[in-house]
Amino acid sequence: MRKVIASIENLGMTFPSENGGLQALSDINLTLYDREFVCIIGPSGSGKSTLLRILADVLVPTEGKVTFADGQNPNRAIVFQSSNLLPWMNVIQNIALPLKIRGADEKEALSQAGNWIRRVGLNGFEYEWPQNLSGGMKQRVAIARALVQQPELLLLDEPFGSLDALTRDQMGLELLKTWETFHPTVLMVTHSITEAVLLADRVAVFSKRPGQIIHELEIPFQRPRSPELRDEIKFLQVVKKLRGMIVTESI
Amino acid sequence: MQRYGNKGNTLRHLIPPLSICVGLCIWEILVRIFDYPPFILPAPSQIFSRLIESIASGVLLYHTGITLIEVLTGSIIGTILALLTGYLLAHHPIAENVLFPYIVASQSIPMAAIAPLLIIWFGSGIMPKILICALVVFFPIQINVIIGLRDIQRNFLDLMKSMHANRKAQLKYLEIPAALPVVFGGLRISATLSVIGAVVGELTGADAGLGYLINTARGQYDTAMVFVAVFMLMIISILLYVLILAIEKRTLRWQTVQ
Repeated sequence: MRKVIASIENLGMTFPSENGGLQALSDINLTLYDREFVCIIGPSGSGKSTLLRILADVLVPTEGKVTFADGQNPNRAIVFQSSNLLPWMNVIQNIALPLKIRGADEKEALSQAGNWIRRVGLNGFEYEWPQNLSGGMKQRVAIARALVQQPELLLLDEPFGSLDALTRDQMGLELLKTWETFHPTVLMVTHSITEAVLLADRVAVFSKRPGQIIHELEIPFQRPRSPELRDEIKFLQVVKKLRGMIVTESI
Repeated sequence: MQRYGNKGNTLRHLIPPLSICVGLCIWEILVRIFDYPPFILPAPSQIFSRLIESIASGVLLYHTGITLIEVLTGSIIGTILALLTGYLLAHHPIAENVLFPYIVASQSIPMAAIAPLLIIWFGSGIMPKILICALVVFFPIQINVIIGLRDIQRNFLDLMKSMHANRKAQLKYLEIPAALPVVFGGLRISATLSVIGAVVGELTGADAGLGYLINTARGQYDTAMVFVAVFMLMIISILLYVLILAIEKRTLRWQTVQ
């Protein structure tokens, strides 16, 4: 039996609003296993980001709960759709920030941040201001800032949503490689079915608001996966099946 | 292209001092042509020789020093109080409800009107002037602290929460740098206000300072001396403003990128 990292039970979230409250999530049940890559796909406004923010301790759910393995609080890190880099810190300071917040000393934090700068291919941009970086590079910094925390659970909230199609494809492949090296458990929200099928072990399909999981699909492909997989018939069949699940829901 | 732009800039830098020189010359010529008595309007040359005299006798530097001490001490006290209470008010809406009426009341009284009260209570020394400076500096900075803290992007707050930042880390890495540009706006306004505050206090009742110097010189029809004192006040205001601008530029280097 695989080790459970987090189990989400009967989770619901209602935001206070003028007409009684806005229900964003309703009765979510999902188990995340160790080293698993799970994608969430669904219509906009279906509460996918809300779920990630609850898992990242940014929001507190109004119903249900999330239990983590052995009652321990695993290391979690989140990457947002907007890179969310602090504009008053350069690249290396932004990446070192979570370590400094945890109390690491300056030197140690910067040296670890430096390692991650190399791993995400940002050599030479250590002292650049985020404002001077392209969208793809900003998001690489944001991913490095998450991975420097050595998360057991990495939460990705449409990390490539604001990038152009070409950069997006490339970033997806880079993420695949990084994940295959470091193997955190990943929960990723995406709008791209191809991206989900290429990256994930399992895809959860969300309904319209209030968000509920209406389908779960295991992706059967072996790892490591290569980008050529996207052109194979079996891949396209899975994409088609998944698209069917989403389309029937949104009618 | 670059060189052309630079050349244009250096030339343009010369225009303001030139303009001042021309203005002073016109003033000098007018006074000489119409032969105004010096207690009505002294010529720039007369003011200048009065300036040199008062520097040589040490009178000017003494009174300038007193005013400077009042302005700096008052500004620092007012700024510190404004930063602390601003942080408190931004984080605790109830504190805002309790304190705000007092703050608004204290700020809606014209400072010329409370100056006599403070002098009755604290005498004619530097103490009441320091208090007036602190009072006038307080409000613009406090308001800007509150605005700066309240305007922090939701996304950044979420980020800090996801990293489990405590109060101190949140203050150091997010709140201070995010609010600083707005706070500097308040500091710049306060720099000039504080000089006005000190002078109002000194004019109301004092035994030293540039305001006192203006009062005594006026009594003696020493109008050139009044001009000298006004000139020194102008210098103090400008220096304070430039100082804050310089600190702002150094601190907010990240803002000038892009």
